[in-house]
Amino acid sequence: MLTTIAKRLVTVIPTLIGVVIVTFLLTRVLPGDPAAYFAGPAATADSIAEIRKTLGLDRPLPEQFVHYVSDLAHGNFGNSLSTGRPVSVEITSRLPASAELTLLGLILSLAIAVPLGILAAVKQGSWIDHTCRVVATAGVSLPVFFTGLLLVYAFYYLLGWAPAPVGRLDAFATAPPQITGFYLIDNLFAGDLETFRSALAQLILPAFTLAIFSLAPIARMTRASMLAVLASEFVRTARASGLNDRTVIITYAFRNAMLPVVTTLGMVFSFLLGANVLVEKVFAWPGIGSYAVEALLQSDFAPVQGFVLTMAVLYVALNFTIDILYSVIDPRVRLEG
Amino acid sequence: MKRREFLKSATALAAAGVTAPAIWSPAKAQSRKETLLTISENGPNNLDVQGLGTNRPGYEASWNCYDRLISHETKTLTDGSLSYDRDKFKMELAEDMNVGDMSITFKLKKGAKFHDGAPVTAQDVKWSYDRAVSVGGFPTVQMKAGQLNTKEQFVAVDDSTFRIDLAKKDRLTVPDIAVVVPGIYNSELLKKQATEKDPWGLDYTKSNTAGSGAYKVTSWKPGVETIYERNDAWVGGKLPEIKRVIWRTIPSGGNRRALMERGDADLSFDLPAKDFAEMKKEGKLKMISNPITNGLYSVELNVKNPPFDNEKVRQAVAYAIPYQKIIDAAMFGVAKPMFGAASNDGPGGAVWPQPTGYSTDIEKAKALLQASGVGPIDTTISFDLGDGVNSEPIAVLLQESLSQIGIKTTINKIPGANWRSEMAKKSMPLMVNFFSGWLDYPEYFFFWCYSGQNAVFNTSSYVNKEMDAFIDGSREAIAVGNQAKYAADVKGFVSKAFAEVPRIPLFQPYLNVATQKNISGYTYWFHREVDYRAIVKG
Repeated sequence: MLTTIAKRLVTVIPTLIGVVIVTFLLTRVLPGDPAAYFAGPAATADSIAEIRKTLGLDRPLPEQFVHYVSDLAHGNFGNSLSTGRPVSVEITSRLPASAELTLLGLILSLAIAVPLGILAAVKQGSWIDHTCRVVATAGVSLPVFFTGLLLVYAFYYLLGWAPAPVGRLDAFATAPPQITGFYLIDNLFAGDLETFRSALAQLILPAFTLAIFSLAPIARMTRASMLAVLASEFVRTARASGLNDRTVIITYAFRNAMLPVVTTLGMVFSFLLGANVLVEKVFAWPGIGSYAVEALLQSDFAPVQGFVLTMAVLYVALNFTIDILYSVIDPRVRLEG
Repeated sequence: MKRREFLKSATALAAAGVTAPAIWSPAKAQSRKETLLTISENGPNNLDVQGLGTNRPGYEASWNCYDRLISHETKTLTDGSLSYDRDKFKMELAEDMNVGDMSITFKLKKGAKFHDGAPVTAQDVKWSYDRAVSVGGFPTVQMKAGQLNTKEQFVAVDDSTFRIDLAKKDRLTVPDIAVVVPGIYNSELLKKQATEKDPWGLDYTKSNTAGSGAYKVTSWKPGVETIYERNDAWVGGKLPEIKRVIWRTIPSGGNRRALMERGDADLSFDLPAKDFAEMKKEGKLKMISNPITNGLYSVELNVKNPPFDNEKVRQAVAYAIPYQKIIDAAMFGVAKPMFGAASNDGPGGAVWPQPTGYSTDIEKAKALLQASGVGPIDTTISFDLGDGVNSEPIAVLLQESLSQIGIKTTINKIPGANWRSEMAKKSMPLMVNFFSGWLDYPEYFFFWCYSGQNAVFNTSSYVNKEMDAFIDGSREAIAVGNQAKYAADVKGFVSKAFAEVPRIPLFQPYLNVATQKNISGYTYWFHREVDYRAIVKG
């Protein structure tokens, strides 16, 4: 097992090198001149040149690249021009915000989609099957920013049940001391239940927005693979042996149907991180996606590179975890580089 | 899982979703009274206006946390709103200003202290002025606009006396001392923070305030929130009423509006015209709107290249623009028209902006285009996507109108990050653009946009000796108080600009603000940011 994991890790290295080169080049060939942008109003050609020099943009590309790589090797992602802070600091403070939201969204989505998918497969053609189809289609076809705004309009503006969409905490709460960066967990550590409640309340609408969007693939995949498994011979055998419905469906059928669901889950998690960008904009969420988009709009290279790199590492780690999960779920699956 | 169980768990989840507390928890109700919650689309990227690439919200942090030697008085406008008074100065950190023939001398207020308790001395003032003219980029250019060019001009006479020696007389010098840039920095503190690469401590002031101003920033999360606390030892003016300001960045315009209408936020700054017009109609909030001084949206034509090197073609465009439609449909009526005056020779007198003599007249435009003898025109309309909310509908209306006189156009949307560099290239043939100057004087606008120095903002590349003579003449005349010559020169450059139309003024936009009804004291400033010192929460 350990050697296969090690082998798997080795294959990751070329991917990462590729990502480093591509991100560097990509941000350099993008149109837009950061020096002109940051020279601000009333810029003259001289002041733009001065700023270009300060930013090191007047040096040849290979030299800039060597600088970039050696900085990375020292754990230095560079400084963001738009927020004026080291990118590594920004990413470590923003990644947990995005991750907390995405994970909660995913958990909500799982909690709804998996039972829905199973029920739809078991009672194929019944009203619950149709409900599953309608909910999934509606969820995936509504753009997230639209669902987000709709939820804000209904639950905050009209009903007043949800708190104001002002980010992770309401304006008067203070953030808990950072341990994991997940406000829910940190607040529990700090024993601050009032802030915990506030953080949870702020999370609910955006997490639901993400959940609604990601229902479809999970529910449909659960249903499809359950149908295939339910029709198979070992399930028929189990039923014939007089096992009760619960044991047949959960223990026998569902466990065997989980593999494709887990694969889908990995995909869903990665596209949720992408969909996050819009949700973050709507809910003023200080996440990593909105940070990267803003940086891109301002030709601010360092955060974009840092973002792409972090995401690449995250995906690689995710795929890795899913691969390992396979072998846990189904011992017949072997990890081969 | 049984259906019943599933339904039960689904209901439990839904119930969890609705038990959310209100934004203000009761324990914090008291502090809310002394706290102002402001929301806007963007937050600062740097707390120091002298920093590299500080954005407009960053000016707000500088304005409220640093003192300048002098500032402006406030006046009440005809609509009852408050505005800074361009012509009346008041002392801020200085106790007394003495304008001599070729120098200005300031006496500093006694007892003025920086936030860390160090006294403010003339050496700090000298160091701060040296910093402004040395850091390069925008702050240095802004200082030059007031003829504040070199360190040698600034002298700390003794601990409480500071003198500026003038290289050249200019009426913009005194106003330039009252803009955001020349704030007074804690030089002893910053010298300790300075490094060889960063001799002016810019890295430190990027995320810390080191001034003597009425507020200090106690927490700053870029892109999320900025928190100001009042400096109770402030001597620059009357102690502000608001103890604490929480300034949140809310990117979604719809949510900013919802927050205001539900009463959760106190002040929403810089609203789009559409929201402003609609919210005003609803009447739930106090809506304040002021024309942006010395600011103009224009259609700008590149006079260096054909077809717009031909004056008649430019005039044809000026007659083809659907001015009123633009104000109604693109700006929802929230704009001041800059067209349809009786004539083109500046009948408004020595003021700027003022309306041109053009108005929509398609027949006249067609005739002018024919008279120009220029063949079929196919060109592009460029605009800054960062300002798409205003510029895009203008560009579309313009495109439709130009097609009526036979000018074919395609629309070129340029991302905000590229706009400046595209402007600097001066290759765009026709663009919709906005410019405003901090210093509200006609010659200041013309110096940037029409003069032969060909600055970035002279997007038309309009270079004309006669024009330069008018602009320079007006500056020299007013410096020595020659009002008659000044008025004549202003009339000269205005009528020349209108007759040759390298840029066609459309309208003067407004700066729109919404506050709750219990908030008063909001004042319009040339820098277009909120001054919290005057705000009162009743």
